[in-house]
Amino acid sequence: MYQYDKYDQQMVDTRVAEFRDQVERRLAGELTEDQFKPLRLMNGLYLQLHAYMLRVAIPYGTLNGKQMRMLGHIARKYDRDYGHFTTRQNIQYNWIKLEDAPDILADLASVEMHAIQTSGNCIRNISSDQYAGAAADEIADPRPWAEILRQWSSFHPEFSYLPRKFKIAVIASDEDRAAMRLHDIGIQLVHKDGELGAKFFVGGGMGRTPMIGPEIRDFVPADELISYAEACLRVYNRYGRRDNKYKARIKILVHELGKEEYTRQVEEEFAHMKTLGLNPPVEELARISEYFADPAFEAGASDDLDLSDPDFNLWVDQNTVAHKQAGYSIAIISLKPQGGIPGDASSAQIDLMADLAEQYSFDELRVTHSQNIVLPHVKKSDLYALWQKLDEAGLAPANLDLITDSIACPGLDYCSLANARSIPLAQKISERFADLGRQRELGELKLKISGCINACGHHHAGHIGILGVDRKGTENYQLLLGGSAAEDTSLAKITGPGFSEDGVIDAIETVTDLYLKERQEDERFIDTYRRVGMARFKEAIYG
Amino acid sequence: MNILTGNDLKTGDVTWWTGSDWSRHVEDAVDVGENFEAILQEEEASRRVNVPYAIAAEMTDDGPRPAHIKDRVRALGPTVRPDLTLKPADPEAGNWVI
Repeated sequence: MYQYDKYDQQMVDTRVAEFRDQVERRLAGELTEDQFKPLRLMNGLYLQLHAYMLRVAIPYGTLNGKQMRMLGHIARKYDRDYGHFTTRQNIQYNWIKLEDAPDILADLASVEMHAIQTSGNCIRNISSDQYAGAAADEIADPRPWAEILRQWSSFHPEFSYLPRKFKIAVIASDEDRAAMRLHDIGIQLVHKDGELGAKFFVGGGMGRTPMIGPEIRDFVPADELISYAEACLRVYNRYGRRDNKYKARIKILVHELGKEEYTRQVEEEFAHMKTLGLNPPVEELARISEYFADPAFEAGASDDLDLSDPDFNLWVDQNTVAHKQAGYSIAIISLKPQGGIPGDASSAQIDLMADLAEQYSFDELRVTHSQNIVLPHVKKSDLYALWQKLDEAGLAPANLDLITDSIACPGLDYCSLANARSIPLAQKISERFADLGRQRELGELKLKISGCINACGHHHAGHIGILGVDRKGTENYQLLLGGSAAEDTSLAKITGPGFSEDGVIDAIETVTDLYLKERQEDERFIDTYRRVGMARFKEAIYG
Repeated sequence: MNILTGNDLKTGDVTWWTGSDWSRHVEDAVDVGENFEAILQEEEASRRVNVPYAIAAEMTDDGPRPAHIKDRVRALGPTVRPDLTLKPADPEAGNWVI
């Protein structure tokens, strides 16, 4: 894992001191809320329905046990004993007091963490593949590149006041586990003629105008990756719309200019950038990469597993993924217990996950955009002991990628932007489909729920998506089908008129029943939907 | 009726204007009618509450009930965590929101 150097630490410590002063001035009445609001947002502090909310950055979803334990400490000391892991691989606390915020940021800084760039019109926390450095199918570890992008984008003076927020994802495998093409810039590391480089996809996003980012370049040499990203940002910063926040994202610019014209301008800017010598020094790339060297895997570790415990067998089958190293597995901790709140974890659970990472996973954890936690390097011979401890703490639902492993934004229960509640829906669907045998019969089924059009719950990318809307003061839910955030990226379409809360759950059952009836061989839900088409599903839902 | 609400400056807690002070409980809110701008300005300046504003409500037997569901969620707390609401001992409290 990357470790702060003196510059990183100084930047973060200085920011904490600056914010402490700003909070004191706000409390003393020297700053109005209009003056203070942009300052607190630059430090991840929002004002939500019930209290201040603090969003803490977890760079590319990677953290160690000490950092995870600090997240538990903050939940316990400053919040109401829990945190909420988000769809951008971060964590949010819902009950923060303004007067505590500087102390929280100081605590975070003591473990090389912060809440910078988790709000505002800047480059947000870089996201990545949660299996980075462990996946059997990656061509390189994307984390060094995510870290370089983090360093480049942190406090970047040119990109601190963009037309709108800006999200970048980096992956390094053909399988997309980071919703890469639904980011403002999606970067996929690739090899070409033996050289490492990157494909660039620009102009993706969800929100009120969902778009899949088109590929604008099939290969940028790795050492020019930052310059190319800078060129993409410069064109956006120059021409992105600042007159209308709903048309200010880069996806609108790329769409309105056209991919070809946008690309032409980027290439022109890139040609100029190359004359400026702004690529990171090779020594710096090497220095950062060293932090992401493989841990000391045990050579010759056995792949054998005793699967005689049926519950363990189910969990291994559903919640572990192939590791690049023989004798090891990637283990996924589902934060989706039956009837639970997706992404929520108590301080005790957070502490336990920190302990387990130290004991079983070379002190590494990952947060996924699906609001789960990953232990990336678990020796197979340790899996049973790990599972027993998770199970005891309610952290072993064997439902990864099944219908109850849903994504849900905080919705109207917490969020001031929301129009409808999303968590109760996730809970009720989890109860309706509680039978694990039934879930496994349905197979991979990505259910994603948003409480408003801003799409924090990724409803556009759900095999089944739900969008909560306000219909004359009453919560109403639109059902969408056919989205995917994976390498077969697609945007879901609305089935038709919306439903009540119970009505949309019934409609989902109708949809899944039809899928079971229509599917051929090993088709996933999304495959059957694509083959059969929307009309057949609409007919089943609406008659 | 119109009632005033905001968030406590220091804690962020949801608060309601009682006519002379701010309360955590919407039951304590008073009708401010149409002439509330002066109260808002004075209270914003007093630094007790953050960005107060007026909302529509109706008077019921249980006291003022905000017209919009968002404000009812604010008044009670998250419906998915009854233990964190202002009425943790009342399992039916969430029905008031809906």
